[in-house]
Amino acid sequence: MAAPHDDAPITASKRTEKTAQAAENITEPKGSSLVGQSVTINRPRHELYAKWRDFSGFPNFMENIERVEMIDDVTSHWAVKGPGGSTIEWDAVVTEDQPDRLIAWSSAEGADVPNSGRVEFRDAGERGTIVSATILYDPPAGIIGKLIAKMFQREPALQARRDLRRFKQLMETGEIATSARTARALEEEAA
Amino acid sequence: MRALTWHGKHDVRVDTVDDPEILNPRDAIIKVTSTAICGSDLHLYDGYIPTMQAGDILGHEFMGEVVETGPQSTLKKGQRVVVPFTISCGSCYHCGKHQYSACDNSNPADNQDIADTLYGQPMAGLFGYSHMTGGYAGGQAEYVRVPFSDVGPIVIPDGVEDDKVLFLSDILPTGWQAAENAEIEPGDTVAVWGCGPVGLFCVQSAFLMGAERVIAIDHFPQRLEMAAKFGAETINYEDSQTYEALMEMTGGIGPDACIDAVGLEAHGLFVDNVWDQIKASTFLGTDRAHSIRQAILACRKGGRVSMPAVYGGFVDKFPLGAFMQKGLTLKTGQTHVQHYLPGLLTAVLEDKIDTTFLISHRLGLEQAPDGYRMFHDHQNEVTKVVLKPGLDRIAS
Repeated sequence: MAAPHDDAPITASKRTEKTAQAAENITEPKGSSLVGQSVTINRPRHELYAKWRDFSGFPNFMENIERVEMIDDVTSHWAVKGPGGSTIEWDAVVTEDQPDRLIAWSSAEGADVPNSGRVEFRDAGERGTIVSATILYDPPAGIIGKLIAKMFQREPALQARRDLRRFKQLMETGEIATSARTARALEEEAA
Repeated sequence: MRALTWHGKHDVRVDTVDDPEILNPRDAIIKVTSTAICGSDLHLYDGYIPTMQAGDILGHEFMGEVVETGPQSTLKKGQRVVVPFTISCGSCYHCGKHQYSACDNSNPADNQDIADTLYGQPMAGLFGYSHMTGGYAGGQAEYVRVPFSDVGPIVIPDGVEDDKVLFLSDILPTGWQAAENAEIEPGDTVAVWGCGPVGLFCVQSAFLMGAERVIAIDHFPQRLEMAAKFGAETINYEDSQTYEALMEMTGGIGPDACIDAVGLEAHGLFVDNVWDQIKASTFLGTDRAHSIRQAILACRKGGRVSMPAVYGGFVDKFPLGAFMQKGLTLKTGQTHVQHYLPGLLTAVLEDKIDTTFLISHRLGLEQAPDGYRMFHDHQNEVTKVVLKPGLDRIAS
């Protein structure tokens, strides 16, 4: 239970049971490690929802995602960069979809990396829209653990923050900021 | 192309590197015609700024000719432009409020983490000033890739010489913003700590904003002489006690507004996670904090303190009691260059502000390492070094 008179979001909680509480908000929660990040984007809610709802656009701003194919409206196939040029793949299903407000998804049965997430879009007046992502995942051991370490880098919250910031850059400016000087340097950064 | 690159303490070299390319739709490539060495470049030169990497191209005060444009750039080939040192997207919340140096988007996402930790939120990307501010290649080169070229660069009319408008890139708007932050009222006495380029532009700006008296404080005679030429009274702190002098010169009241323009020229960044490095440096030591302490103590009750000088981390013995008890106001920040460009370009073209007086040396790009050495070793005589890649072309 949250302490009385504490309106802080669950992702900022110091308590150990926060993951269980966050899981309550995800329709089909999978995973035991919690990452939560919010970013304010100076664009209308419907525009951001529409961009996010097409998961196949994720590689444009999510660093470690190689590709996402939309199999049908609720099912998607994800491919994420692994070590040594390998790729780790799984299917995910949309578990909740409220147009212009909320998208939740969860990995299908049998995924090597059980994971689930939820992204919410809330009006922020003249500042645009607050986009909040909550991701639950299982930090696995062994070789899969290494894959996951690569997927989320050392600090999962950091990775989520960077990805959301790139989403913001793309939606506000139409491009993703880079300090590279040449196309070759830009490719090397992405690799 | 040829470019001035950083390799370590007191080690800058002109190297041949890859030409920049258009990478994003709003980019433009500028062929540099003039670029200045900033006082804050000396702190890169002295090796005090962390998150530098060998081979980084320096320079954040530059102008030139547009030679290539991305499909979303509003610039046209052949236009002459001055480029602000702050990189701003123009479309985020902060750019919308003209808080350009607080741009959310120009600092690449991976580089924002450091500033998150140190400052709570990241600031805009800057040209040629370490990887914490984006890692962008700077303008002390033949060519520069300018992101968001539809927002930053200002087009210069034909027939206006580079030297007259080059400082719109940084130090003139920085001095102007500092004077604006001092909220000068007609009849005010304004004290300016530091007669470097920013301080000297503060002096001119303060008079234009209605100050009756400006008192300039420094220890380099040549710089004090320049301040005096613009009508300032001067205090040489090597010969006189600053606080006592200010109190006597203002009849025991203290200056109405105090501007701390000492040290880095208003946009260097010190990263204090490298505590030992910072402690070892004199730059964030007592001298640096001394001017802001003195400004707070000297400032009249209810007065304004403006701080274009850069502080990157923590300051010991900040006179918070004096600040509170006297009811002072402090305003500061990196310069929102784009906000000031149109007005200041007009002021320069109408000769309301003198800019060219500052330039003591003009060199080719190939002589840039000499320029750094001279500027570093002889701050009294060398007030501003401007590099002109075109001079090399003439020489070769």
